[in-house]
Amino acid sequence: MTETATTETSNDHSEDHVSTLGVSNDKLGMWVFLGSDCLLFGGLISTYMLYKDRIGPDDLGPEEMFDIPFTSVSSFVLLMSSLTVVLAITALRRNDIRRCRIWLLSTAILGAIFVGGQVYEFTVFYREGLGYTTNLFGTSFFTLTGFHGVHVSVGIIMLMSMYIQSMRGKLTSANEEKLEIIGLYWHFVDVVWIVIFTIVYLFPQ
Amino acid sequence: MAVVEQEEAPLELESGEDQVTERPLGAFTRPGGGGGWRSWLFTVDHKKIGIMYGAAGLLFFIIGGIYALFMRLQLARPNNSILSAETYNQVFTMHGVVMIFLAAIPLGAAFSNYLIPLQIGARDVAFPRLNAFSFWVFLGGGLFLLTSMFIGGWWENAPDGGWFAYSPNTGVLFSPSKGIDFFAIGLQITGIASLVGAINLIVTVLNMRSPGMTLMKMPVLTWMLFIVQLLLLFAMPVISVALFLLTFDRLFDANFFNVAQGADPLLWQHLFWIFGHPEVYILILPSFGVISEIIPTFSRKPIFGYPFMIFSGIAIGFMGWGVWAHHMFASGIGPVAVAAFSVSTMFIAVPTGVKILNWLATMWGGRIRFTTPMLYATSVVAMFTIGGLSGVTHSLAAADTQQTDTYYIVAHFHYVIFGGIILGFFGGFYFWWPKMFGYFLSEKIGKSSFWVMVIGFNLTFGPMHILGLQGMSRRIQTYSEGQGFDLWNLVATIGAFLIAVATAMFIANVFISWRAHRAGKTPAPGPDPWDARSLEWMTASPVPEHNFDETIEVERQDEFWHRKWGKDETGRVVRRATAEEVAHDGSNTNVHLPSPSYWPIVAALGLPIIGYGLIYNLWLCVVGGLFVLGGLYGWVFEPVDDPNDDGHHDHEAHGTSEETRAEEVDENSSEEVSVD
Repeated sequence: MTETATTETSNDHSEDHVSTLGVSNDKLGMWVFLGSDCLLFGGLISTYMLYKDRIGPDDLGPEEMFDIPFTSVSSFVLLMSSLTVVLAITALRRNDIRRCRIWLLSTAILGAIFVGGQVYEFTVFYREGLGYTTNLFGTSFFTLTGFHGVHVSVGIIMLMSMYIQSMRGKLTSANEEKLEIIGLYWHFVDVVWIVIFTIVYLFPQ
Repeated sequence: MAVVEQEEAPLELESGEDQVTERPLGAFTRPGGGGGWRSWLFTVDHKKIGIMYGAAGLLFFIIGGIYALFMRLQLARPNNSILSAETYNQVFTMHGVVMIFLAAIPLGAAFSNYLIPLQIGARDVAFPRLNAFSFWVFLGGGLFLLTSMFIGGWWENAPDGGWFAYSPNTGVLFSPSKGIDFFAIGLQITGIASLVGAINLIVTVLNMRSPGMTLMKMPVLTWMLFIVQLLLLFAMPVISVALFLLTFDRLFDANFFNVAQGADPLLWQHLFWIFGHPEVYILILPSFGVISEIIPTFSRKPIFGYPFMIFSGIAIGFMGWGVWAHHMFASGIGPVAVAAFSVSTMFIAVPTGVKILNWLATMWGGRIRFTTPMLYATSVVAMFTIGGLSGVTHSLAAADTQQTDTYYIVAHFHYVIFGGIILGFFGGFYFWWPKMFGYFLSEKIGKSSFWVMVIGFNLTFGPMHILGLQGMSRRIQTYSEGQGFDLWNLVATIGAFLIAVATAMFIANVFISWRAHRAGKTPAPGPDPWDARSLEWMTASPVPEHNFDETIEVERQDEFWHRKWGKDETGRVVRRATAEEVAHDGSNTNVHLPSPSYWPIVAALGLPIIGYGLIYNLWLCVVGGLFVLGGLYGWVFEPVDDPNDDGHHDHEAHGTSEETRAEEVDENSSEEVSVD
């Protein structure tokens, strides 16, 4: 109920029809959605935690499977994309469309590299004998990281549609908030990855 | 940015008169404001969407009721054979799923959609097109679930795992039909609808209130519905995870509930009940809100202890997350967990008790008018108390272990759900009917159907307490003679048919009263037929498309009441103005409203197609995916305005806060800055 406190003060806005909280509906909607998404990942992470050690006697477990240096690099790539999306937003705020486009594209590319790394990692695991149906560890690992990968991919699609808009000359500083909202989503997905990386990859070591 | 001269174009969407003269060709124009079925199919108006939620919810309520009647027929006599054991499993599953997910939740959504914007003095919800989207997604998901009865044979593929769908019972091994697939995917779809609706309404309540309407001046109903949306927001993703795991298990051979691989069956139970118990409050709080509006109105007193009402609602919302394992006392979760959840379950009765005492105190000393809505509201207080008390008996784990899986549980939750929720909603129908449709429902039929319903309800579920304590198991299709179950089962069956009669009387009342209204035999309700307190009564009945003629400046809780009534020098309450003087007459037609849109229903249509595709043929998923993508593409790129009316503003498309509320135009200077 932190909103309660803000409400009382923001009611004094005398410009009529300004939203009650002084935040736009779209941005507030994204915040609310992200709150809900926390629970989605919460459920998936709990499932993984419950099942990560349930493997057959001859199966490889998390400790043997994970390639920490490789995943660290791809995590770093994803984190850097949080920086580039901020640079894109500030560029757009200054109405510097050219820079904004560069940073938009680099954010999408960094995200794509991360997803590509994930696909590569999945392939390696599969070759080493960990399929989706092999054991409970495999099932819950692929589901959790897969859901995260889908989230990143959705983010890439959103960034690319902004980029395509810019090619048609439709990207102006008036769209800044749209990009900011996509940025919120993108940061959230990154933060979730930090949690997943810590819990899934680093804890077993 | 161009300055567009806007002509005075009255917006008369509901009368079917259309300002459309020419329409530019192109795939992405927006539908005009025509009348007829189009005005419902493509509407983004929160009132129409609310009415559609209500109609769909009532339809599903009747369907779920028919399932219940078949179950009661089967159980009327010992060793009956109307339903086979397999069909009985499917029928009780469908009854539970339909009643909870397709009747009770959408009826709550009907009240939320219709009343929240009105009660906070807003023009519409924050995201009108998303609102339409969530309704169509809900309807598509609901119909998808129901088709499981027909597809692949009559009652061959209906879900048979109970509404709780405990694993590993729902795995392919034990439930080889497609029923659980329909269950999991159908609920996933309706879950999307609830989640989207929740986001929408939370933003609406937080961001769209009229000036002066602080949170602690909002009507109790809006508060309770707001808490419900927060519960939905956080509960839906949990059931989504559970349903994803189940779907992946069944369709892609994942192992989440594969006991042979060492899976833990309790995982499902925990995920399900972490959703499932907040769900109970998702169902009951709207009804609490409804009667918190009805009781003060007909007691002619303000609600007693308004802040206590609000904070007990919030307390219920929070504590609802800490009691889920009381559904699992018999599953071996360990003595510490059982003790902790026993205590929290007892504790959650406290805020509920606060509410009951507040309703009683509101009535105490009031000049009570026993109209039909008031009869329903008072019956909720009584019946819910019975159900609440039998609920507290479950918190004693030792007793609960005896009662688990008996009819005592069935009796308890029907007193809560039927006695607490459905009776409250019927009261709400009678209360807001004149506001929604502009005519009264007959009090005579209303009162008689009320008594039939309450008597039928008590005859149905009262005896189940006895049956349960005598040891009759639920979910079993028959019982043998001489166990002492015969009489009370027969009574329960008779009661169930009385409920059906009462429901039929309600439907008949709708039509009879409508015909009397058409013939001019009943008086028009006017804006405020009950001398009520909140803002929705401050506009014409039925509510005009634009809700209010001008923005209402709110100074007090029960603002509308205080504009009608004041105190004289001696402190006596005297009327200051009639409702007609205070209320808006709906004559201001120069209000900008979001244009209707084709795309919500297109995008929503894709989801059930994806569902069928997942079950039968993955290629269908591609078709469904194209619908969703095409719908979203059209959604994003459709013009902001109706091409024929420059005045329309769509809320979502701009996203700046100035546009988040439809603006009124000064009558003469109608210069508008158009964004495109």
